[in-house]
Order: sequence, then C-alpha cells, then structure tokens
Amino acid sequence: MSDYETHTFDVLVIGAGGAGLRAAVETEAAGATTAVVCKSLLGKAHTVMAEGGIAAALGSVWPEDSWQVHFRDTMRGGKMLNNWRMAQLHAQESPDRVLELESWGALFDRTPDGRILQRDFGGHRYARLAHVGDHTGLEMIRTLQDRAVAAGIEVFMECKIIRLLTDPSGAVCGALGLWRESGQFVVFHAKAVILASGGIGKTWKFTTNSWEGTGDGHALALWAGAELVDMECIQFHPTGMIWPASARGLLVTEAVRGDGGILKNRDGERFMFSYIPEYYADETADTIEEADKWYDDKTFRRPPELLPRDEVARAVNAEVKAGRGSPHGGVYLDIASRRSPEYIRRRLPSMYQQFKELADVDITTQMMEIGPTCHYAMGGVRVEADTEASTVPGLFAAGEVAGGMHGANRLGGNSLSDLLVFGRRAGIGAVEYARGLQHPPVPDPGEVEAAAAAALGFFDHGGPENPYAVHQDLQEAMQSLVGIIRTEADLVRAVELLDELDGRARAVAVEGPRQFNPAWHLALDLQSMLAVARATTLAAIARRESRGGHTRDDYPDPDPEHFGKLNMVVRLDKGTVTVTERPIPPMPDELAALLAAER
Amino acid sequence: MTPHADTPTTGGTGAPPTVTLAIWRGDAGGGAFRDYTVRAIEGEVVLDVVHRIQAELAGDLAVRWNCKAGKCGSCSAEVNGKPRLMCMTRMSTLDTTAPITISPMRAFPVMRDLVTDVSYNFAVARRIPPFAPGPPTGDGTYRMAQFDVDRAQEFHKCIECFLCQNVCHVIRDHEENKPRYAGPRFFVRVASLEMHPLDTLDRRQLLRTELGLGLCNITKCCTEVCPEHIHITDNAIIPLKERVVDAAYDPVAWLGRKILRRARPTPAAEAAASSPAQQHNEVIVTDPPAVSGD
Repeated sequence: MSDYETHTFDVLVIGAGGAGLRAAVETEAAGATTAVVCKSLLGKAHTVMAEGGIAAALGSVWPEDSWQVHFRDTMRGGKMLNNWRMAQLHAQESPDRVLELESWGALFDRTPDGRILQRDFGGHRYARLAHVGDHTGLEMIRTLQDRAVAAGIEVFMECKIIRLLTDPSGAVCGALGLWRESGQFVVFHAKAVILASGGIGKTWKFTTNSWEGTGDGHALALWAGAELVDMECIQFHPTGMIWPASARGLLVTEAVRGDGGILKNRDGERFMFSYIPEYYADETADTIEEADKWYDDKTFRRPPELLPRDEVARAVNAEVKAGRGSPHGGVYLDIASRRSPEYIRRRLPSMYQQFKELADVDITTQMMEIGPTCHYAMGGVRVEADTEASTVPGLFAAGEVAGGMHGANRLGGNSLSDLLVFGRRAGIGAVEYARGLQHPPVPDPGEVEAAAAAALGFFDHGGPENPYAVHQDLQEAMQSLVGIIRTEADLVRAVELLDELDGRARAVAVEGPRQFNPAWHLALDLQSMLAVARATTLAAIARRESRGGHTRDDYPDPDPEHFGKLNMVVRLDKGTVTVTERPIPPMPDELAALLAAER
Repeated sequence: MTPHADTPTTGGTGAPPTVTLAIWRGDAGGGAFRDYTVRAIEGEVVLDVVHRIQAELAGDLAVRWNCKAGKCGSCSAEVNGKPRLMCMTRMSTLDTTAPITISPMRAFPVMRDLVTDVSYNFAVARRIPPFAPGPPTGDGTYRMAQFDVDRAQEFHKCIECFLCQNVCHVIRDHEENKPRYAGPRFFVRVASLEMHPLDTLDRRQLLRTELGLGLCNITKCCTEVCPEHIHITDNAIIPLKERVVDAAYDPVAWLGRKILRRARPTPAAEAAASSPAQQHNEVIVTDPPAVSGD
C-alpha cells in the first residue's frame, strides 16, 4: 500500500457536531492532546440543522419545573426503555450545560426579566427548551466551534474514518482515515477514541439528515466488537416537508407546534384529539378549549399536537392512509390562523424562509403540508452511563451514535442537551481511561494495510454497480419495508434485499481520481449504511411488540411483561450480526417513585 | 429511481423536459465548462440537478453540500456568475432555454470541480480574540435584555457560506490582500463579539491593523449576497468603522456611548441591578504581531 501520514494524540474524537466538540473541549481542558476528525468542514455538522431548542429544567419560565419532572417526561417519552441512569444524569446536568454554553457566548432568547427564555415542546410538561428563534443548533455549533478554535484543538476537516484500529487485546487504539480532498490515507494513534458521529438517516429515502448521516460510528463500533442497543427504535419526525418533491423530508421544527401550531386533515378537522393513547390520557387535553388554555396555564392538560413524536407521526400516517390527507400525501400544519404574522416571523424565521423560498408558501397566511420523515436513531453504541465507555476498552460514544438515553422514543429538545451532557462526560471518561493506561497501545499495521487496500479496491475491480443506484435502492428498501409501520414479512423481505445489496455494494466500481471523488466516498459510506440497516432490521424482527419508534402491525400493542423489560443488543459474532435480549436493570426506588408521581 | 416523485415541468406527448447545466470541471491545474443534460423535475433547486448529474452522468463530480435547507452554508457556488447557495436556488427562477453555468467560488483556490480551498477563512477565525465575558450575577447566571441581544443575534445567524468573502472585491481579485484583510464574514464575527452584552474585550486596534477594516469601502456587495439577509454593511461594518475611528480620534465620545449603552435600563429592576456593566472591565488587546508580507 502507498505510504500514509501518522498522527498521535491522547484522545481522538470522531465527529465535530455538538457532542464531538463538547467532548474535545473537555479533553483539551483536562490536558489531553486532542484531535477532532470530521467528514465535512468545521461548523457544518448535522447539529447545525437542529431548530427548536435545548431541553433543560432551568425553571426560568416555570419555576415549578425540576430535573425530577424532566426525568419523568423523558422516561415516559422513551416508553421506559431508556437507560434510566442516563436519563437521570441528563435531567440533572442539562441546566448547567446550557448556562455553560451561555458563558461561552451563546445568545439565547430572553425572558422579560433577562433570563433564558424557554419554549414548549412535545412530551415536556413545562416550557423547557432554551432556544434562539428556530436555529438553536447553529448557535450551539458556532459557540462550541469558536471555543474549540480558541483552545487550539486540532481539527482534521473533510476526513472520513473508515476503520477503528485495535491492539492485540482488542482495545481500540486509533483509527484509519481518508482525506477526502487528496484521497490519501491518514492513521491516528490514540489512547482513547470518542465516537460522536451522529445518526443514520441517510439509510432511508425521506429524511431530515444531511449526507453525513450514514451511520459511520455505529458501523465502526460494530466492526470493532462493540455492542449496539435499541437499534430497532427509529424516530420518524411527524413534520417534514413533503412538497416540492425535492424538498421532501426537510425538517419542519416541532417549535411550530410548541408555539401554537395545530395539525389538520383535508376536512379541516383537528384530528389529533382522535389519537390520544391511554398511556397519555391523564396528561392530554381532550377538548379544544382545554388545549388552547394550556399555553398560558400549565394546570390544564397539554394539546394532543404536543404528544411525543412517535404518537404524532403514527397519527399523521393513519390520517393519510384513511384518505384524509392533503393533495401531496401529508396533512396540514397550521400556525397562520393561530398566531400573528409578526410573532411567527420572530419565533420561526428559518421556517418562514424555508417555505417561502422552497415552496412559495407564506406560513404567516397559509398552512404547511407536512408528513413523517426519518429523523433520529434512538439506538446506538451501548455505553456505561457515567463515562460513555462502550463495551470495548478505549472506545467511547456520545450523542446520537450512543444508545440508551432516549429509550424507544426521544423527546424533542432532549438531543441538544444530550450532546452537551454526554459529550462532556465522554471527554472526562476518555481522559481518565487514557491516564490509566500503563503502556500506550499500538495498532496492528496489518489492520491498516487490509482496510486501505479494501477501500482502494473500488477503483480496480471494474464491477458493474453505480454507488448512487445502490444507495437509492437501499433507501427505497428501508423506506418501504423498515419504516414507521412494520411487519415480520416486510422485515424478512428487507433482510433478503440487504443480502443482495451487500453484494452489489461490493461490486461498485468507481471512476475518476482519488482526489475529492464523491462516488468513492459514497461507496465507502454504503458499507456503514448497510451494516446499520441490517442491525436495525434484525432488531426490529426480534422485538415482537410495538413501542415508541418501533411499531409492528402484527404486534400492535406493547408487551410490558416481556419486551418492556428488555433491550435488544446487536453485535458481530464471527462476522455475523446477531441480536440478543438484555434485561433492563431494575430502577432504584427513588427514581421509580418519580415515575409513579401524578402528572 | 423514484418515479412517483418525478413530475415533469411540462406535460405534452414529446420527450420529457430536460435541463442543461454547464459545470466547471477541473482542478488547480486548470479546467473547462462541460455540459450535462438531465431530466427536469418541477420544484427542484440547482443542487438537485447537480446531484442527478452526479448519480447518472458524472459520479466523481466534486461538490460540497450538507443540509440542503439553507442552514449549513456548504453548497456555495456561482450560478450564471451569481454567488448563491445551490440548495436555495430554485430552477424555476432561472432561464433554462440556455445552459446554466455553475462555477466554483472565484475568490478561493479551486481544489476540484466546484470545491474550493476555503482554509483562508478558518485561518482568519483563529486570529480573532475569543469571547471574554465579565463575571455573572450573584446566582451564577447572567441577565440580558432581549433588546440588548437583538443586535448580536443578527450576526449569529451567519451560516459561514463565505459568499460575502467571495464577492468582496478587496480579495476577490486581489489575492495579495488576504494576509492583511479579514473580510465581511469576520467583520460580522467581530461585531457579534463587540456587541455581545457580556463581552469585555476591545478588538478595535486589531480591526484597524491586522484585520484590515479600513480596506473595506462599503460597496455592500456582501450584504446583497447574504442568504441570511444579515445587514453586513449597515449593522456590522459601518458601526465597527465608527468605533475604530472613535477609538483612534475621540476616546471620550466612544466611552460615553459605551457607558450609555451599557446603562440602558432593562425591563426588570433585578436585571438592571445585576447588569454586567457593574463589573465591566475594558481590556485592550495589545498590538498584534506584524503581518507577514503580502
């Protein structure tokens, strides 16, 4: 193989979104030499697209709020599949992380008395999301980016990691990367590696995710021997754009509903009142009058439009299937009839612009057409809650690539806070681990050679396949067979298709130079997407019940006695992806008591 | 492919409608425009067509993009010579009777096809002294009135597409100016810090010298191309120029204005009492090192 450059750091962070940058800031501050590697330019990671806000029980709008209520909302939103310790740490620490971000320069919208304003979101009992209009993710990433730059952290931009490297004991001790610009390889030696690579949405056809969301971190962890958890739980965000076709899937923030927007079907009916599940009946308004009072008085119950996302996405799906959808196959999201144009433009500037420029729709006077879109992977690398250590020594994970925090369904706003809380904790965990090593581990050069040769193979073998075509077929398969509503027959068919697609992906031929060649990058990304698709599909077959972001038409109800007490764990066993059941550890009494409390 | 998503722009019984893009292909050694003709689909943006060309005709066509929603600022290019985000430029706004030219941003060296080397921008970013807040209020948090954060919030909307840098004629046709000129994006960045209610540093000296604010002669080209509609010239550059002038020639006037701004009453007495102005502490950045030769 051609030669490659080598860099050595204490900690290597893969991904430069909110979790990766927050982790890197922590490790650098602790004195560990740190590198951040990212597939795009710095500041472009998918965090930049987060809109609504950061959930944290600051209590600046509703002093009644507390970490205990946030914990309860999160666990109930996750349908109790969550790693309860992560949910506890998240609820307890997110207020400090938000205030810390402010002290680093973030400028949140303000309350009249000058504190951080918080907005309502689905599944949250109180207005809890610290925000900046509807571009909170941009504020977070720029603040962390500036902080990282000021700290002098080395950032390797436009570099894709294609393999984690391990020492003979199996511990992770570095990574093999590919400079997208030059097409040359780069090897990182590191005592600890933090995965912060985000999500997997590009495996589906209609998604809010950017091109980067190809599940690289999930796949890298799997290949390195780590366990993934809850991979069957995929969040379909209820409100994605559906028209024009080219914009289909783009996120329409939940803040539209948090700020007063409602859902209507073709007949103008506010249909969510027909979809209030028993589980949420005690905390959801069942009349329009009560729902509309809730925004100003939290003694009333929440509008059903603000049920958790899994519930709303299924309801939208059902309305369309019942023939009550909009002309392009969605439903209507209406804020125009509910709030003043001035209020809408101030609170939702990005949505106003997005619809105006892409769809010729003025959301201050017209309704939006929306439908579900693949948004978020609840599942990911199984980590130890306090340190984010994976089941492989030396490998840590934080943010969307990690699993457990959100259970079967994530509440809106809990992702940005997750990035900060567990990005920081992963940084602390990785530094502690690195300091405890007697001898820095050394990667096996043979591993580098083999992975690099495999990557270069796409140029040589003259196979018949176009990577773009394989990707489109993968997206079609996952969209139609492993979507919002699943059946055993569809899932089994998906596995057959994945077998075929695996073969086709290996037969991809890439033409052109190694320098910035998107077809080559996609050929490599396909390896990750196919691994993730298989993990998701097999876990979905194994969970024979419906729960959160996993709905089975053939098992439409939750099974609290069996599957409600289990996480599905995916790992590689001698090259084969396997799924096993793992009992959820019992919750301490003091946390269980919080869940038993009245709404 | 995705037949049900494909609605032709026009009906009729003839061949499906097509569109032709003339895309610049090449690298640092040179290149040329090449025509690519693909199906036209209603409602698409330029980036959609570029993607279809990638998928069907030119797999190795190099282009940056991420969000495809105007939020990340990755897909900047020149469409018929006009600097635009390709993801927010609808095909219906362009004349499709002739090939539409797509070329890389001109102010930055070409790497390959539509991808340019924008490392200049990241180098400038490293030279700007970071945010330095004063101490918080007694309870450990900060208080700021919405009125006081509005100005800096406008600048925080910047998505770093670098289109403003691309059109700024101080550097667009004068590579030699880059080492001594920060460009509109980073004047916006400095403005966001200078107008941040909590910040305590003073970057005026740096603006005057190393960042080359004086080279800008406010032609507003940057403001015109900003996809976030930030009033770069009026709200960032001109106020910064005034501050620099005040600092250089009339420190009393500058101090007076700063005190007046800081002392503006906020809606709640509590907020006013705990304003960071109470502990405000001006720190003047020492002279920056001399800029190396052009």
